This record gives sequence, structure tokens and C-alpha cells, in this order.
Amino acid sequence: MGAGGLAAGSIFAQLLPSGAYASEPKSGGFARFALANGATTDTLDPGSWADTFGQTAFYGTIFNGLIEVDREGNAVGDLAESFETPDGGKTWHFVLRSGVTFHDGRSLTVHDVISSILFHGKEGSRSAVKSLLTPVESITDDGDGKFTIALSQGNIDFPYVLADQHFVMMPADEGGEIDWVKGIGTGPFVLESFRPGISVIATKNPNYHKPGLPHFDKVEFLAITDPAARATALLSGEVNYIASPDLKTLPLLERSGKVEILESTGLGHYTFPMNVQIAPFDDVNVRTALKYAIDREEILNKVFNGHGLVGNDNPIAPSVKFSINPEPVYSYDPEKAKEYLAKSGLDSLSVQLHVSDVVFPGCVDAALLYKESAAKANIEIEVIREPADGYFDNIWMKRPWVASFWSGRASADAMFTTSQAKGAPWNETAWEDPHFNELLVAARSEMDPDKRRQMYEEMQQLVHDEGGNIVIIFNNFVSAYDKKLAHGKVAPHWDHDGFRIAERWWFA
Amino acid sequence: MRLFTILLQRLTLGVVTIVAVSMLIFLCVSILPGDFASNILGQSATEETVAAFREVLGLDRPLVLRYWDWISQAVTGDLGYSFTAIGSQTLDTSRSVSALLGERLYNTLFLAGLAAAAAIPVAVALGVSAVIYRGGLVDRAITVCSISAISVPEFLVSYILIVYLAIQFPIFHAMSYVTEDMGLWERLARCALPAFTLFIPVVGHMTRMTRASLMPILSSAYIETARLKGMSNLRIILTHALPNAWAPIVAVIALNMAYLVVGAVVVEVVFVYPGVGQMMVDSVAKRDIPVVQACALIFSVVYIACNLLADLIAIASNPRLLHPR
Repeated sequence: MGAGGLAAGSIFAQLLPSGAYASEPKSGGFARFALANGATTDTLDPGSWADTFGQTAFYGTIFNGLIEVDREGNAVGDLAESFETPDGGKTWHFVLRSGVTFHDGRSLTVHDVISSILFHGKEGSRSAVKSLLTPVESITDDGDGKFTIALSQGNIDFPYVLADQHFVMMPADEGGEIDWVKGIGTGPFVLESFRPGISVIATKNPNYHKPGLPHFDKVEFLAITDPAARATALLSGEVNYIASPDLKTLPLLERSGKVEILESTGLGHYTFPMNVQIAPFDDVNVRTALKYAIDREEILNKVFNGHGLVGNDNPIAPSVKFSINPEPVYSYDPEKAKEYLAKSGLDSLSVQLHVSDVVFPGCVDAALLYKESAAKANIEIEVIREPADGYFDNIWMKRPWVASFWSGRASADAMFTTSQAKGAPWNETAWEDPHFNELLVAARSEMDPDKRRQMYEEMQQLVHDEGGNIVIIFNNFVSAYDKKLAHGKVAPHWDHDGFRIAERWWFA
Repeated sequence: MRLFTILLQRLTLGVVTIVAVSMLIFLCVSILPGDFASNILGQSATEETVAAFREVLGLDRPLVLRYWDWISQAVTGDLGYSFTAIGSQTLDTSRSVSALLGERLYNTLFLAGLAAAAAIPVAVALGVSAVIYRGGLVDRAITVCSISAISVPEFLVSYILIVYLAIQFPIFHAMSYVTEDMGLWERLARCALPAFTLFIPVVGHMTRMTRASLMPILSSAYIETARLKGMSNLRIILTHALPNAWAPIVAVIALNMAYLVVGAVVVEVVFVYPGVGQMMVDSVAKRDIPVVQACALIFSVVYIACNLLADLIAIASNPRLLHPR
């Protein structure tokens, strides 16, 4: 597939094989999926699911959250039958879906829901999503399957927070402790065996609350971290689906005639964030010069073989609600870069960029291409290759200019709140624009959709013009599967059909 | 009696070595940048959650104390819990280090045993044949093949085997994914390609060593005598030369056995074989110290036991070694 076609065509690059799309879902079969993550340190602890293994094999297969993000990117009820806010997102009333049972036969109650959420937020919690619960002031059981969540500050996008893969519902004991060790959930499949770093096997849940789902009788997720081993597993028929095939050998895989390639542009993106509080990045003209000095098209084509969408220093992916592509679009222009450099009183610039291939595959190559293109604008970038081990501990957010990646958030608010807001733990660029932060808070409780849209558009423009992020590309999720598998429209936000491949796919 | 003293001496030295190795590994893993808390949380780490993790894992305590806790437990046979179990908010009792290791250790030993069972007789036979036909075509062919077998990296051999024997001609499985409830035959079929991959360099190495140990003996005077008596070449080698060559051959076999257990990581990754090597790599990457320590312990025990056994066999086969000058 041509890179130009991807970039120039629909920004919502979703290439679907036409044959697989048409078939009517059928029940049955044992499907095996090879994922690219998975280690012996994986656990069922919902606070720990850091990569696609836990997120796909546990969140998307064994469990459900209150809210899920549908294929169009809307937050819709999953175990919550309905939810509403009467006061601009400060108070949220939920009604729990009735008649839902856990895999061991117990009924899902409000008590389970409250315990499952508080699990992440309580004192001494080691959950990865603890900070997301900071605005939650109280959760109260209103009886009759209803409950209310009160926030310290209005947030219309709060349902997107609860759609995070870590917030799954598990059975709780009387003291409010959830029992996660056994892996009992409400999901489409019942956990049969879990061997850390090797595999997860699960069988169909006949009492699943979504009518007609799932289709498979049994599924298995295998942790195969070696790309070549994944490709051979698919070609030899050991598995039906593999995550992240090696992009360089993708044409060879297609040529075998046995497999289909699935590709979609999600929320994830690769970035080079600069710390805007440290010279020379504290000068907005230097930042703009650097934004013009990178040839994103070249990096996309040479490093990622065209499997992505060039960035425009706006971290909000095109499939997210309120997303815009701010003007002027930063395309490679060494003359403009020199102009902006001159505006800051410089005629040349020498900076260091700290990178490692652990951040994203091809990171070092992307940085080296950047170095070449920037040289023509009198900007000398010294690419420093850091060890993969401990990169996120010692380099990321410690050095002024580094490489980073984001798996993205399903709403503009969540993305900005985690990555750009003043004081956010992951504000990599230390950008603290007062107007931006005012807008961010105001937009959360703005009920008028048009005004809200304008606010988010203005914020994106601000980040684009003044922020410290260089968004290189939005990376495509690429996977390969044998022609026996079929699926409907694929959710683009996260990998593996929004992590719910086991629930949604079937054997043709 | 003399043999017993040597055994005791070696065992003591072995224990000292194991303790030293465990100290060294503990120190090295601690020196590596980052710890379990920051590695498991990765990009989502906040100061607060990292601190909570460190406290519950005891990572905020001095190194010496942590090591003392570990070793005083380990001598009682309790290898403790994986950090993933202690770090979780409910102690997952199925995550004791011994439970995690159990299945994988069995798999590793099974694969090593399979490769060894095939490799040892083949290597000794090839080595002896090379010596019988020394200088001839057979000898040269064996030499060329064994040196090539040692030199070609394992990942290349495995990919070649996969392409031809699993994809083009699907005789064997490309993925050696085994489960506990698998029957012996299926397990053997699944293990065929990785065992063969390990078999190749090990056979090469042992064949070379067998040949090299026999060669000098063949030019000694007592072999000359035997030949002058009119004994057959085969008999000379089997009954006169081989007994004197056992010591170095057994030593190299022991080294290769240890290698089969410890060095199979690459093969495990390529064939998706659930063995100990992969587990140790994961645990080092995540700084899961109790598991790393347990793997290191097993590996050093294997090394020391193999070498000890080799020494004992060598001594038993050559009484002169009992009375070192």
C-alpha cells in the first residue's frame, strides 16, 4: 500500500479487506491470538495492566468496565445502563445494568462497582490510574442499582475516564476488598488458565450481557515477543492472529496468500517533547524553528514504511471528537526554520536529542533523519543514543529534549489533562500557558456543545503554536490474521479492535 | 575414603561459590538503573505510586539487610514471593517463586535432557570415527561439519529449520509451545526442532573435544604396543585409548550440559518455548529480584553439579587422579 494513499486519503485510515467485512457472524471455534507483549511479571491485578497483553487478554476478554468507547469514539454504557449529569459534570448519576452476573454466578451489585473503583484510589494504592481518581470526592450507593459519583470539579468527559482499561468490575467481599486473584469478571469469556508470560486461555461465557456475543467458543492469547516467531506462528497455522508484524517484511507476509493485513490509525503517537522551561527551548521561536526543521513525510516513509499519519504537533488524533488540523501545517521548510531562528536572534543552533529504540521501534533512525533535515536549516542536532534499560527512569522527563510515545486518550480533555495541563505528572514539556489552562478547566463543564468545540479548537491551536511537543507521526496499528477470521468495523482507538477482539470477531 | 574427602571438599567449595554468585547477582541487579517499582509502572509512574511500591517491597531498606533477608529465607528452602505478588494489593499466593519456576524448570530440563540424550552418543561415536579414520576423508568431513556446527549461530539454524521443516514441509511444529497436560509423544514432537537446534552446536563441540583428547594418546607407546600385537583399530581405541581420554571428554560434556540448561534463551525465544531462560530475562528487565535470584541459584547449582559430576567420573575412570602429586 502506498504511503501517499494513506496520508492523502481519508485521515481516518482504515483499510478493511472487503471479503471479511460482508460475512454474517457465526458461532464456534477456538481462536488463538499472538500478542507482542507479555512477560512473566504479568498479573491479574487491574492496577498493573501496562501493555497490550493485560489490556487485551484481561480487560477486553475477561472483564467489563462501566463505560466503553464505541467504534465511533463515543463513551457509551457497558455495565452502566445509563449515566447523566445534571450540573455540568460535577455530579454523575449512574444506573447499573440489571441481571448481570459474574462468572461464578454472583450478581453484580453497586457494592462491587464502588469497591472496584475505590481499589485504585485508596490510600497506599499502587495502581497506574490512581491519579485519574484525584477529582473523585465521593461515590454513594443510592439503592436500587443506582449510584452517584461526585467530583471536586465539573468534567463532562468523566465517562471517558471510567472507560480506561484499568477500571474493570470485579466481585468484592463485605469489607469492600475486591478479589482479583481468581480473575472472575463479567466479560465475554471465563478465565480457564493463566500462565504468566506464556498464555491465557478462556472459554465462552454463556450468560454474557451483550446479546449474541461472543462468537468464539474458546480463545487463547499467547505472549510472543519475537516478531519473527509471531510471523512463523501465523504462517504455520499455529495462531490465527498476530499483533505488530515486522513492517519491513509485511509485503512478504501478504504475498503468502494466506493472510490479511489490518491497519488503522489510532490515538497513539510518537513525539520529541522539549522542556519549554529550559534554554534554548524556552524561546517559542526556537521551538517553531525546530517544528519546521523536521521532515515528517520522509521519516514516515523511510522509517515506518508509510504506516502512519504525519503529525502537526497537535496530540489530538483525527478520530477524537473536536479534533482539528491547526494552521499553518508544519511541513518541512528549512527557510522558514531559519527565519524563526533569526527572530530569536540566532543564525545557528546546536541542541542535543536523547533517544532510544525502547521508546518506539525506529526511534533512533527517526532522530537521525531529523538531524539531517535540520542541518539544512543551520540547526545541529546531536543525537544521543541512550540505553534502553531505565530510559523512562533516567532520561525521559529528566533531559531537556527526549523521545517519547503516547498511546493516546479517547477524549481531548483526557489527553490534554494528562499531557499538557499545568502540574500534570506527565506534562513532559513543562508547558504552563495560563490561557490554555483556563480554557481546559472551563471546557470541562461547558454544556453548550458549540462553545465547547470552540474551546477545544483554541486549545489545540495553542498547543500547536506554542507548545513544546513535536508530534512526528500518529502510528498505525498493524496486525495480520489468517483468512478464516472475520470481523465488522474495527474500533480504531486502541490496538486489537479496541482491545475487544475476542468479544467482537468470529470465524467466517 | 579419598574420594569421599574430595567430594566433601568440592561440595563445600560449591556452596561457597553459590553464595558468592548470589551476592554478585543481587548487587548487579541493584546497581542497574531503575527498580521494580519504576519498571512495572513505566511511563505511568508517579512519585506517589512508586514510593508506595518501594515501601511495600522493602526497596527503601539498605541493600545488606535485603540480601540478609533473602539468604536467611533461602537456606530454609523458601525462595519467597515474586515482587509481582508482593507488589499487588492482595498477596497472590500462587506467585511464590517456586510455583512460578516449577513448570518452566521442568520444561528447560526436559529440552536439555532431550538434546543431551541424542548428542552425547552421536558426538562420542563421531569423535571415535574421526580418530579411527584420522587424516582420511571421513575425518576431514567430520572436522569440517563439527566446526561449522559450532560456528553457525543458533538463531540462524532455528530459522532455517523452521522455514524448511515447519513451513515449506510442515513435518514439525514451528512453535514449541508445551503445556503441563500434554502427552509425552506430543511433547516430544513439539520439542523436536528446538532440541535439534541445541543438538547441533553441542555435538560439534563434543565431537571436536573427543577427537582432540584421543589424538595425543594414540601416539603414545602403549598404543604402539597394542598395535604391534595386532589389535584392531576399533579395539585399541575403545579399550585402551578411551579410558585414558574420558576425563577431558566428560569435562566437555558437563560443560555442554550446563550450557543446554543455561544457554537456551535464544532458542526459547525463537520457538516460543516456556523455559527458565525467558523467565530470567523478563525478571532482570523488570528487576524482579527474588525471581532473578532463584534463577541464578538454579543455574549456578546446575553448573557446579555438572562440573562436580564430571570430576568424580574422571577420577573414578582414572585412579591416578586420586593421588595428585
